[in-house]
Amino acid sequence: MAAVIIPNTKIPIKTRISYAWAEVKRNKVSYMFLAPYALIFTVFTVIPVLVSMGLSFTYFNILEPPKWIGFQNYINLLLDDEVFLIALKNTFLFAAITGPIGYFAALFFAWMINELPPKIRAIMVVIFYAPTISGQAYIIWNTLFSGDAYGYINSMLIRLGIIYEPIQWLTDPAYMRTAAIIVVLWMSLGTGFLSFIAGLQSIDNTLYESGYVDGIQNRWQELWYITLPSMKPQLLFGAVMSITSSFAIHEILVPLVGFPSTDYAAHTVVSHLVDYGNIRFEMGTASAIATLLFIAMVGTNRIVQRLLRKVGN
Amino acid sequence: MVKVRIRLKQRKPNRSLSGDITNIVILIFFGLFFALPLIYAVSNAFKPLDEIFLFPPRFFVRNPSLENFQDLFILMQQSWVPFSRYILNTVFITVVGTVGHVVVASMAAYVLAKHKFPGRSLFFSIVVASLMFSYHVTAIPSYLIMSFLKWIDTYYAIIIPQLAYSLGLFLMKQFMEQIPDSLLEAARIDGASEFRVFWQIAMPTVKPAWLTLVIFVFQNLWNTTGGTYIYSEELKTLPFALQQILAGGIARAGVAAAVALLMMTVPITLFIITQNNIIQTMTTSGIKE
Repeated sequence: MAAVIIPNTKIPIKTRISYAWAEVKRNKVSYMFLAPYALIFTVFTVIPVLVSMGLSFTYFNILEPPKWIGFQNYINLLLDDEVFLIALKNTFLFAAITGPIGYFAALFFAWMINELPPKIRAIMVVIFYAPTISGQAYIIWNTLFSGDAYGYINSMLIRLGIIYEPIQWLTDPAYMRTAAIIVVLWMSLGTGFLSFIAGLQSIDNTLYESGYVDGIQNRWQELWYITLPSMKPQLLFGAVMSITSSFAIHEILVPLVGFPSTDYAAHTVVSHLVDYGNIRFEMGTASAIATLLFIAMVGTNRIVQRLLRKVGN
Repeated sequence: MVKVRIRLKQRKPNRSLSGDITNIVILIFFGLFFALPLIYAVSNAFKPLDEIFLFPPRFFVRNPSLENFQDLFILMQQSWVPFSRYILNTVFITVVGTVGHVVVASMAAYVLAKHKFPGRSLFFSIVVASLMFSYHVTAIPSYLIMSFLKWIDTYYAIIIPQLAYSLGLFLMKQFMEQIPDSLLEAARIDGASEFRVFWQIAMPTVKPAWLTLVIFVFQNLWNTTGGTYIYSEELKTLPFALQQILAGGIARAGVAAAVALLMMTVPITLFIITQNNIIQTMTTSGIKE
């Protein structure tokens, strides 16, 4: 594509402003609808994010005014901080496993539940969403994975003769990540799952009826040719939600494997961020971590969106 | 509008019986796995103190008692500010915030999905990208903004930012995109104002979407402690008051289990009601093209 550059200088600035103003006036109603949201969003989300990104180029300990240090925080993180590199590796590992599996599990369960009669369907939705809605209840996993012989999983495996002595599921670096991934997956049928349920409910029934006529033979063909293409907006939404949650795993790990975990075996980028921000009060470094994580997520999102465009083709 | 009754006993023409059975078996198996926390929470709340500390731990309660709930109510009566005040505060924040967010986010989502004007795709990408920035580091700038606006120790600090929660706009916009343009155009030709088109045509069409959004926002606000922004005792929220009770530590483990169950019941009840509604929307067809 040849870029044709029209020199801006030819149009007087006054004319350009008045053109822009005419455009705004023409779309007055649209901007009025958007205004309340846009105003609040700018003040309470955009500005804080921009300020944090700015702080990532400073040394800021909350007590003294920030000092400009350029890219020093980034250089330290990427070249000097071994723990950060471990955290980076763990985060990509967690994201690569829990993101896709969580996403497809949410989609799959939503789709299966949608086949049930209405009353039972409502009950099943509540059950599958329960781990998300029941707050701190995931600490039951501590009992299940407990490291002594009385922990449910240990005692079961010992009784079955598979192991002879209890495994330290939550403190042994060899098992910790697996245990964490199981709990994260169990918690992950949240936002995406509910939006899939709502999306499935929004599909026009006549599409399915004409599908029967056109010779859709089984549920899998129906899923690929009718259901998925009809809920593309929800698929995109669910994908963004999986990316944001799978890259930001931290809170759930604290009661499970401790903070920091043994040998940093389950240390994530967000764990590292919380360590710098809330414990060492080095907000500059914490902001740099947040910015790096942000770039990684935006990049992943781009790739995933491109893949999702292929659905149903 | 004609109610279309779906005949349950008659299977859809392209479904095999074996597939249906597999489906149900898989769902029951995983359902048990996902229902664990609910069962555990209920069972725990009715455990007397000696059973809570039983070693080795037991999943189910043996001698259920209401001891924990009685203890909780005694503690509530000893509270300095009447306990009903905390409940009222949380209900106020939750209701105003949830209704406000659904209206503000849906209005914005409506024009982003259905109007064409300069800047709309840029604005939408910024909203989606904002979901990817860690809230841990924005806490300090946010606090400074609140204090600049003199909103510290007021509910503005809790409710107003919630109105522009990014997730809500994103969700609503995705569903609004699916509304057929002809439906909106027909209403405009009949002379409806843009607000009426939004409120009486667009919103009822995407009812499953905003009922889902209600759950997300409600859950957020219901569990808000307001810790960073609210200092006055009479403005504090229910989760905050309950946290203070639980600060008694291990001796209050029984009360904590009762609290966990009580706090859960409200969102779960709302959840069941909205899910039933979502499923009913589907059976009353006719709004769609």
